[in-house]
Amino acid sequence: MSLDKHYLDYPMRRYGHDHDRFDWNMLADRRPVVWPGNKRLAVWINTSLQFYPLNQKGIPFKVPNGMAMPYPDLRHYTLRDYGNRVGIYRFLKAFARYGIKPTFAINSQLALDTPYLLEQLQATGGEFICHGWNMDHLHYGGQDKHEEAELVKRSVQTLRELVGSPVRGWLSPAKNQSWHTPDLLADNGIEFCCDWVNDDMPYRFRTEHGPLTMMPLSTELEDQFIIGQNLHSEDAWVEQVKDAFDFLLQEAEHQGGRMLALNIHPWMLGQPHRISSLEAVLDYISRHDAVWQVTASEIVDEFLKQTGSEAQS
Amino acid sequence: MKETLGVYDYWPYHNRPRIQWPNGARVAFWVAPNIEFYELDPPHNPHRKAWPQPSPALPGYTIRDYGNRVGHRRQMDLLDKYGVRGSVSLSVALCEHHPEIIDMVAERDWEIFSHGIYNTRYTYGLSEEQERDMIRDSIQSIYRHTGQKCAGYLAPALSHSEHTLDLFAEVGSELFGDEAGFYSCDLFHDDQPTPVQVRNHKRFISMPYSLEMNDTIVYAVNKVEPRHYGTMLKRHFDRLYEEGKDSGTVMCIPTHNYQVSCPHRMRAFEEALEYITGHSDVWVATGREIAQHYLAHHYDTALADIANKNGGAR
Repeated sequence: MSLDKHYLDYPMRRYGHDHDRFDWNMLADRRPVVWPGNKRLAVWINTSLQFYPLNQKGIPFKVPNGMAMPYPDLRHYTLRDYGNRVGIYRFLKAFARYGIKPTFAINSQLALDTPYLLEQLQATGGEFICHGWNMDHLHYGGQDKHEEAELVKRSVQTLRELVGSPVRGWLSPAKNQSWHTPDLLADNGIEFCCDWVNDDMPYRFRTEHGPLTMMPLSTELEDQFIIGQNLHSEDAWVEQVKDAFDFLLQEAEHQGGRMLALNIHPWMLGQPHRISSLEAVLDYISRHDAVWQVTASEIVDEFLKQTGSEAQS
Repeated sequence: MKETLGVYDYWPYHNRPRIQWPNGARVAFWVAPNIEFYELDPPHNPHRKAWPQPSPALPGYTIRDYGNRVGHRRQMDLLDKYGVRGSVSLSVALCEHHPEIIDMVAERDWEIFSHGIYNTRYTYGLSEEQERDMIRDSIQSIYRHTGQKCAGYLAPALSHSEHTLDLFAEVGSELFGDEAGFYSCDLFHDDQPTPVQVRNHKRFISMPYSLEMNDTIVYAVNKVEPRHYGTMLKRHFDRLYEEGKDSGTVMCIPTHNYQVSCPHRMRAFEEALEYITGHSDVWVATGREIAQHYLAHHYDTALADIANKNGGAR
């Protein structure tokens, strides 16, 4: 039985991307950005704080790192909860020790349910990004638009009320989106999104409700990806982050500023045998005088200031 | 369905007629950057899902886009530095989507061969005519955009039919005679080129395109650490260089710039390239150049030797 003849029709075979969210161009061809103080590498340390429900519905897929055993999966539920009870406090100590300005992507339900944690995070002066409602409330193709609109609105509003400041950024659970997610984010006053991992610099992104800035938050460098999915050692994670850091610094010497977006999880690196690996990375980064270590919003603001109207795509 | 593939004969690696590469080189070394386009909303194919999530499947789609927006340029700089001309395995729709990349490939006098139209359109389920049309479209598009007569084929996403090699050889002959459609990268049975039997009896070979050294297999399937990939590449080369004293071997590094050109993986790749190209008896070439040399100088002796070793059966 052969496929329908339309299988070899290519309606989007045209110049540029196969969507209209942004114009096609290559990083190496863009006008160089120079970070404040002539720094070459902006480093954004993003801590993802997550709640993985025990009664995971898994619609439309089981979220990576979520419940994997028959109900009740105490093993994964409590291992993830460990991050919010124990691991995060090791992170905060490490951030203070190395003078890190943190960014926290937090599930709004977790922020709502753990006011003490939220207070401690706020005390760091770090930035909050909305990380959706929880890890089992995915945004996905085929999702009812009204259901998703309510979910975005509830997630953003809840976090804004709790932290008492405008939450400007968004990270979807599992970096998954529907066709409407970017439009709904812009409609809720979100200014930047971290889901599309297709660049080493911010870029502008079109929505029905005005532009967003896309802030690619590298998946390939994440602790949960390298240690959790690839099963590399902690030492290998440190080596890979350092190699990425060195490479981007070097590229920035002749191509303009670059961004190292490091997403980390307290349930992973917050374990006693792994925290020294995070410290090793922070130590390496904080020693280097070409580094501009700031929050996600600071990077967005500087990027827009320098790229201005040409960033409209 | 066939029990055996039956497009090449058993031909032991030892005691083959000696392969001599130009200038006495021991290893013919080529790099095959896959320059691919994956679609955000590909049509459904009942035989293979394009993405694990419903469209838009951003995790997979956006990192592949990274290869096009960021990665290829990094690799071009690196291959320029070490004097390597790439042999591009091309999702041919990229000629329309991203012609700037095609221009840069042409400026460097790199080779382009067909890797189908999109890497999200599979051969599975296509009729013979559909597959022929798709292959013809790819060869014609490469010619139209670059003037190159496509010599090689790597089926899109390694999806094959029983006739993939036959069709590629036939369409190559139909469009450009013996100047196109004469090597395949779809067979992984050898470290030297080998004759392959195709339906139109053309002089056609398999070109070693190592899946074991393919960065996507290494990183995404086998989950290897970047520095260890560098070590694997060096070891692979060392052995083929050693064996190449007796008879020329082929080493290929197939790459994907959403893998090898990520910032945390560039160092390992560069070290391996520096190591390999730092050896004196290496012929740094393209797939087409290696295939043409083999066809001109070794194909006939290979056929005779194969027949001899198989009791003169063919």
